[in-house]
Amino acid sequence: MPFNVMEHQLVPEHRILSEKEAKTILTKLKISKEQLPKIRISDPCIKILDEAMGPVKEGMIVEITRTSETAGRSKAYRLIIRR
Amino acid sequence: MIERGISKRIESIKFALLSPDEVRRMSATKIITADTYDDDGFPIDMGLMDSHLGVIEPGLRCKTCGGRVDDCPGHFGHIDLAMPVIHVGYVKEIKKLLQATCKSCGRLLLTKKQLDEYEKERETIEEMGGGYLEIRLVTKETAKDASKRQICPHCATEQSKITLDKPTTFREDGHKLTPKEVRERLERIPDEDLTPLGIAPGVARPDWMILTALLVPPVTVRPSITLESGDRSEDDLTHKLVDVLRINQRLRENRDAGAPQLIVEDLWELLQYHITTYFDNQTSGIPPARHRSGRPLKTLVQRLKGKEGRFRSNLSGKRVNFSARTVISPDPLLSMNEVGVPLEAARELTVPIRVQDYNIDYVREWVRKGPLPKGDIYEPGVNYVIRSDGRRIRITDKNAETVAETIENGYTVERQLMDGDIVLFNRQPSLHRMSMMAHEVRVMPHKTFRLNLSVCPPYNADFDGDEMNLHALQSEEARAEAKILMKVQEHILSPRFGGPVIGAIHDHITGAFLLTYKDSKFTKDETINLLSTLRTAKMPKPKIKKKKTEYWTGKQLFSIALPKDLTISFRASICQACDKCKKDNCENDAYVKIRKGEVICGTIDEKAIGAFKGKILDKIARDYGPDRARVFLDDVTKLSIGAIMVRGFTTGIDDEDIPEEEKRQISEVLKNAANRVKKLVVAYKEGLLDQIPGRSLEETLEVEAMKVLGKARNTAGEIAGKHLGLENSAVIMAKSGARGSMLNLSQMAGSIGQQAVRGERLSRGYWNRTLPHFEVGDLGADAKGFVKSSYKSGLRPTEYFFHSMGGREGLVDTAVRTSRSGYMQRRLINALEDLKVKEDRTVRNTADTIIQFTFGEDGIDPSRGVQGEAVDIDDTLLEVLGEDEFLLLAGEKEIAGYGKQEKDMMNVEMEEEAFAPEEGED
Ligand SMILES: [Mg+2]
Ligand SMILES: [Zn+2]
Ligand SMILES: [Zn+2]
Ligand SMILES: [Zn+2]
Repeated sequence: MPFNVMEHQLVPEHRILSEKEAKTILTKLKISKEQLPKIRISDPCIKILDEAMGPVKEGMIVEITRTSETAGRSKAYRLIIRR
Repeated sequence: MIERGISKRIESIKFALLSPDEVRRMSATKIITADTYDDDGFPIDMGLMDSHLGVIEPGLRCKTCGGRVDDCPGHFGHIDLAMPVIHVGYVKEIKKLLQATCKSCGRLLLTKKQLDEYEKERETIEEMGGGYLEIRLVTKETAKDASKRQICPHCATEQSKITLDKPTTFREDGHKLTPKEVRERLERIPDEDLTPLGIAPGVARPDWMILTALLVPPVTVRPSITLESGDRSEDDLTHKLVDVLRINQRLRENRDAGAPQLIVEDLWELLQYHITTYFDNQTSGIPPARHRSGRPLKTLVQRLKGKEGRFRSNLSGKRVNFSARTVISPDPLLSMNEVGVPLEAARELTVPIRVQDYNIDYVREWVRKGPLPKGDIYEPGVNYVIRSDGRRIRITDKNAETVAETIENGYTVERQLMDGDIVLFNRQPSLHRMSMMAHEVRVMPHKTFRLNLSVCPPYNADFDGDEMNLHALQSEEARAEAKILMKVQEHILSPRFGGPVIGAIHDHITGAFLLTYKDSKFTKDETINLLSTLRTAKMPKPKIKKKKTEYWTGKQLFSIALPKDLTISFRASICQACDKCKKDNCENDAYVKIRKGEVICGTIDEKAIGAFKGKILDKIARDYGPDRARVFLDDVTKLSIGAIMVRGFTTGIDDEDIPEEEKRQISEVLKNAANRVKKLVVAYKEGLLDQIPGRSLEETLEVEAMKVLGKARNTAGEIAGKHLGLENSAVIMAKSGARGSMLNLSQMAGSIGQQAVRGERLSRGYWNRTLPHFEVGDLGADAKGFVKSSYKSGLRPTEYFFHSMGGREGLVDTAVRTSRSGYMQRRLINALEDLKVKEDRTVRNTADTIIQFTFGEDGIDPSRGVQGEAVDIDDTLLEVLGEDEFLLLAGEKEIAGYGKQEKDMMNVEMEEEAFAPEEGED
């Protein structure tokens, strides 16, 4: 990979949730996976995670930690989809 | 009644072309004659009003489906055209196709290799999830690439140049291509060459862009109307179709009779004209078809396009019942959450009351009094009674008694508006949520809606002819929602910035100033007069006794409106911003200190109670709730107008009078400035000017000249200002923040100053000069738009021109800005309209998928926060620690609770002003 986008300061922190964590989050939010915002498996960040942490598959959930103007830090979750 | 149904989501929409076959298949009848009705008034068979096309007259039956007016949706017919005609809507596409394909073999002018490359590109885009828009970029490029090739790679024919003579004439190397020839060429394009061009061959063949059969819309789309005189008047579309049919007929006859080519071609072109204008009567390049009266016909495109078109007028916006619209006018004695409704409007607008045990008695009484209860005092009447089975009965004076007897539980009675009803009040453009608020009705005489002046800023209303809309709510749920969420007081604090949008304006601020400035005091009579309009006024003890006369201080009277435990300090608008604030001992009485609901010192002005800036207002709304803030503002309004009426207040041109000596000084200053500019110009011409780094010599001169002239204007303003003190009404208004600014005043009394376009001195107009009054190349102050005169003295002719130039820029700017911000507003609303914050604070769309995990990421309602922050820690500390200890802790820091707001709120207001410019007329 010529350039690691994750190192760029504007790219927030991405982390793949374990199956257990994913379950907890979904129960906490009282939603099904499909109601989450989506992210493509072809997304540069997901590709990097795939290289670094082992195979990333469709249906997994990433946790994105952003710095937020209003809340300081905020967490968002995205469902990984195909393409 | 619960309506059941299945809701579905639209996944995609496909656009295709109508083939001539399809036109004929969907046609209920072929149309051959231009006549519409026979002598007996019956539709002629195969005419434009053929009864196969649907029915518009009650009693008749449709010959296609057998339905009556209400059941028959109408059916299409068609006209077989004698010669093919180009469809104006597709000329661009046709041109592209002709240019990109071979004139003899019809293949796309690309090699196999190029085709494969483009195909691959389209595939990758599709793979990456690109949609129609991205694909179109590729197909566009494909067409462009193909049209560049001179020789066909398939049959080696040399290509000639295709041009389009607007609107519908194609030429090849200068000589005309008939629509027939064009069609033949398009027919030759093979299906496999269409996909690269972005056309789906299954549903759209390019040759269908040339019409051979014209679809005729059902009569229900173009109904004829019978005038009172008994004459029929046909729809514009019918008129146009008559033209098409007539020419089509003549063309066919001439062609079949073997008439000269020239005549046939002329008729052919005429047919093309009629069909073109049938689609779009504003096609550029041809004169619009007109009615006999000279009015241009409204054809298909005109029905859809623009503000009055189907989309913007009938689909995005619809008319509603239970609404009223009239001119607005002010009434300071109304509470700000009330609206005065004209009696006539109140009699027309109704609220449905469902009859139940608890209300049957008085509802019956309402019905008994009919639609127009007698008596001097307004009482609501009843316009309709709706029975349990849904039947509506119009109440008249005659049937009121009898209907009243039949009233029983389950009936609905449509009662006219009465005092206290909740209605929605709205002024366009509805740019933010404060543009539509809930008010309580006050039925009043006369014909305008009356409103309190404090709600002018959120509605952006004035009284130069503005009209507003009112909606009577029709369900308990709607009324409850409006009461809780939409009442005016719920909107005092804006969600856009943490401050009040509703507050005192204009005379209310002047009045508060006159009431509280320095040691203003009022006699017993005046005090009673002032307090008599207040809701809960108890006469306080007089603060001053002088020679046996009792006086009440203005500060004391103002304190009546304050909550009893309010504590706040801040600097007023009139503060001179001295280096070291003397606080309590300020000689301008500009330091406001309120302890336990008593004004200790300071003047109440815009900073205290004004919209956008009012600190007391802000604090009350936050700490005591919106209802208390409403009461406060209503009381202040009454006190202020009371004070302004007791003192008397007027302004006129003589407020800008300044003594001769000052006038002389000002002209001296201006003359000196002009001379200095002259010297700068000389220095520039001789090359002696010190160049500013990063600027050219010309720019340096401009910057220096602007500096000198700007300073001169300011000095002139200061000299004039020195003689305009707080005893001057205009100055009171400017300094207290009621209206106008010191700049406005100094432009009236002193000098108007440099006029600018795009931030530079004026330079355009004539060759190397602004006006013919000056020499070519004159760079002096006078020649480049410096206006020495004041508004009061009047402008010299050249100055007048310059002033107009500067003024014009402002007008153009606002015109451009409003249209742009309006467009942006529409886009934003369309994108956000279906999002809502759910009970768990997530933001979701209608599909119930999450858009944001916590509203605003912090879950804070911006109108409850302070300036974007969730809490104001200083204010909380002050409250907890008390003033002394907080001061110890904070040190030099300003103790004004909402101190940091000051700067930001000023910015907000400036944006506001830029956004909603003052209107010349309405
Ligand atoms: Mg107006
Ligand atoms: Zn029918
Ligand atoms: Zn060819
Ligand atoms: Zn001061």
